[in-house]
Amino acid sequence: MLIPGNAEGGLLRLQAPISLWGGVDPGSGVVIDPRHPDHGASITGTVLAMPGAIGSSSSSAIMLELLREGTAPAAVLMAHSDAILALGVVVSIELGYPACPVLEVELSALDGVPEGALLRITSEGQVLRL
Amino acid sequence: MTLHLTTEDQALLAGDHGEAVSLAMRILVSAAELLSAQALIRVTSAHIDGCLYHGDGGVEFAEKLVAAGGQVAVPTTLNVGALDLLHPDTVRADPLKAAMARRQMDAYVSMGAEPTFTCAPYQIGHEPGLGEQVAWGESNAIAFANSVLGARTERYGDFLDACCALTGRAPLHGLHIEQNRQAKVVVDATNVPDALKDQDVFYPVLGTWLGLEVGREVSVIVGLPSTVTRDQLKALGASAASTGAVALFHVVGVTPEAPSLDAVMSKGGSVRRITLTADMVRRALRRLTTADAVERIDAVAVGSPHFSITEFEALLNLVRGRCMAVPFYACTARATLRELEERGDLLALHEAGIKIVADTCVVVTPILRESGGVLMTNSGKFAHYGPSKTGYEVVYGSLEDCVESAVTGLVARTEEIWSW
Repeated sequence: MLIPGNAEGGLLRLQAPISLWGGVDPGSGVVIDPRHPDHGASITGTVLAMPGAIGSSSSSAIMLELLREGTAPAAVLMAHSDAILALGVVVSIELGYPACPVLEVELSALDGVPEGALLRITSEGQVLRL
Repeated sequence: MTLHLTTEDQALLAGDHGEAVSLAMRILVSAAELLSAQALIRVTSAHIDGCLYHGDGGVEFAEKLVAAGGQVAVPTTLNVGALDLLHPDTVRADPLKAAMARRQMDAYVSMGAEPTFTCAPYQIGHEPGLGEQVAWGESNAIAFANSVLGARTERYGDFLDACCALTGRAPLHGLHIEQNRQAKVVVDATNVPDALKDQDVFYPVLGTWLGLEVGREVSVIVGLPSTVTRDQLKALGASAASTGAVALFHVVGVTPEAPSLDAVMSKGGSVRRITLTADMVRRALRRLTTADAVERIDAVAVGSPHFSITEFEALLNLVRGRCMAVPFYACTARATLRELEERGDLLALHEAGIKIVADTCVVVTPILRESGGVLMTNSGKFAHYGPSKTGYEVVYGSLEDCVESAVTGLVARTEEIWSW
């Protein structure tokens, strides 16, 4: 568990690692990188399953903006922990804005769960299908 | 594994050095715990990525530190901002956003950071030495500091970079630790023709491939010429840090930690070996161009990472006495601009129609004409981020290709060197 917390949302699996900076528009929460296979998808309110984070170290700033703007995912599940993304959540909490749980999980644990399935993240770090 | 804080660390956390340091320590400690670090280490310099405006949250964070009396504890340089403070008309930002972007840049300067506003502090005299522990942000600067200089930094993004600067500390983890700097992937570039390896245009392509292939793993490349230049290594690292999370690569016989393959190969665990083929190189090359069938370009941009003096010398040789038919932007540090001025080189660049952008670049802030179109570049990083950050399609080529295309407005690219 990188950032603990409770959350619910529909599963969105990103098909490739993403750099939030240059990859997601913080105003809309939409994937804007035309080379990304999920180009056009909205991450807002989702349980976002990411194979990994890449690229710019500005991604923590984009995470903060997503949380301030209300366009953030409900929770982030990452195959490889990434402090850059989680740090954006830490700073959001320091500035009095919302948090979203960030968990390091084996994404194979989600095999068979359909896209959009409603998931609940518990403060103990469990991922439950509703 | 728990984080051990020294008595002095605890005093900083408790607020003995003021509220700003205490806030910075709280975030640093959270980060250290996230990273499973067992201790904090002292760093000798910081490079802050956080002065670039992404939204009001970044301004709020910086001004909170300023209001709490924040001052940097170690020599600190600043990355690009969202404005060209030397040429205020360059950026077409809406006035409200421009004001916020300015506040963000000013906040870090008022905390004692040097107003360098460059993504390449290493080419304006800020060069940490071999083995030196530093806390740098900006993915290309991180790759360069680790790989080319042999300094030790992890990837410090917004916020954490400032927290390291204010406390003079960083979480002991990752590339700060000797054994994590060993290569798990060996890339053999011996088969690539020397004629290609001598060309600048090869290195962004190699970096693009490397980032996609190794992701965040440390790699070592064999078979590059010992004559490979700093600008070429800069381009390699910047591209690899765009398509992947590459923070360290070694080049045998070139980078300081790799006098031999044995010196940097991972001793325990498995090592993956890849022989670079023509097909791999050509696939990476194709990825850098999104506007394949176009004949015309609307603009050229170079200087990501920021153009060095040697790159300006090459540009000057190509453009002297000629005239660009499309806008041609060269992005650089204000310190490099000053050097160009002192050398008397600015006039020839201006006369050829080269627009110099300082303190920022065309990808992080709106500078290109709003109409959109096709952007040509010799930068792997511009080619990677251009489409999403500017709305322009991109065409990748050498600096020579960029100049020839800019003179006529028609794409001119040398293709033969890629066939072998």
